[in-house]
Amino acid sequence: MISSQFRRSYLVGAGIGVLSWVVFTVVNAPIGITTALSEASGVAAMPIIGAEAVAANPYWAKTVPAWDYGTLFLVGTFLGALLSSLSSKTFKWELVPETWKERFGGGVAPRFIAAFTGGVLAMFGARLAGGCTSGHGISGSLQLAVSSWTFFIVMFISGVVTARIFSVRSTKSSSKGEL
Amino acid sequence: MTLPIQGSLSLILAVVFGAVFGALLQRGKVADYNVIVNQFRFKDFTVLRVMLTAIVVGGIGVYGLNQFGLAQYHIKSADMLAVVSGAILFGIGMVLYGYCPGTGVAAVGTGSIHALIGFLGMLFGGILYALSFPWIKSDILTIGSLGKLRLPEITGIHDGVWFMVLAIFAVSLFRLLDRVGSDSDR
Repeated sequence: MISSQFRRSYLVGAGIGVLSWVVFTVVNAPIGITTALSEASGVAAMPIIGAEAVAANPYWAKTVPAWDYGTLFLVGTFLGALLSSLSSKTFKWELVPETWKERFGGGVAPRFIAAFTGGVLAMFGARLAGGCTSGHGISGSLQLAVSSWTFFIVMFISGVVTARIFSVRSTKSSSKGEL
Repeated sequence: MTLPIQGSLSLILAVVFGAVFGALLQRGKVADYNVIVNQFRFKDFTVLRVMLTAIVVGGIGVYGLNQFGLAQYHIKSADMLAVVSGAILFGIGMVLYGYCPGTGVAAVGTGSIHALIGFLGMLFGGILYALSFPWIKSDILTIGSLGKLRLPEITGIHDGVWFMVLAIFAVSLFRLLDRVGSDSDR
């Protein structure tokens, strides 16, 4: 019934599902990432606009920068992936990924600009929508929330359209023989 | 011991649960730029395989725990203009970045420098959002605001039926993909 080639995907998916049972019950906190990221952005903003302006902001008043549950979950996510990649010997410094190289070449600057811009848009969009692939996509969808299924479906369509637009552009640029 | 656990023990558990999540993302290959971008190009369905399995397995369990009073729901408000426009921006951002926020943080742990650059972008995006929040709160969040709704409530269809339909959809989709030889590049 289940193709063995993809058993790992299903096992990992089931693992995230079981982790959801645990976090809902044990700490009453669904898996989520961007609330903690917005706390971190408050810390990042302090040298730019000043600590007082951050404290006075109505959004950061809701997501006060602190070493709280969400922030430490974020630290754990980083550590878990680090330990997992080291133990499976797949840790690899990567400046430009393969799929990007094939389509847009090996230049570091274009990849960094896209990553930074994408990060800005993803975070702004996640905060506007009230969650990301974790908070809405998994935690919200598994609770059958209307907001989360709306987010999941619209986000996926938007991503497919964006990827399509980029593949048209990359076909043009690859005709120049650039690799 | 009473649940849910609070205080300093919950902070230790935060690191543990986060680490389990990060390790699962890494082992499931969804902390990989190529896997995520190729999902949106329909060349690799790992992301949907992981997500739909997590939703069905997690959803059935959390529903059961909720029935026994062991888990509370945390439903996000369906502020439709904000959710839809946020999702559109998120989809564009996710393809450009090549990660979502969670997988991006995990990818930094696997050695992806460009994921770290995107992480800085996310911090900048968070700053932009906080600074525009007063306007968003008054002019965006209020439009099409339906409240904290669940699909069983608005449709009258029972939770169990929803999960059965989702499970059948997921299994059918993946069996069809296996038959047509999708994900052949892996």
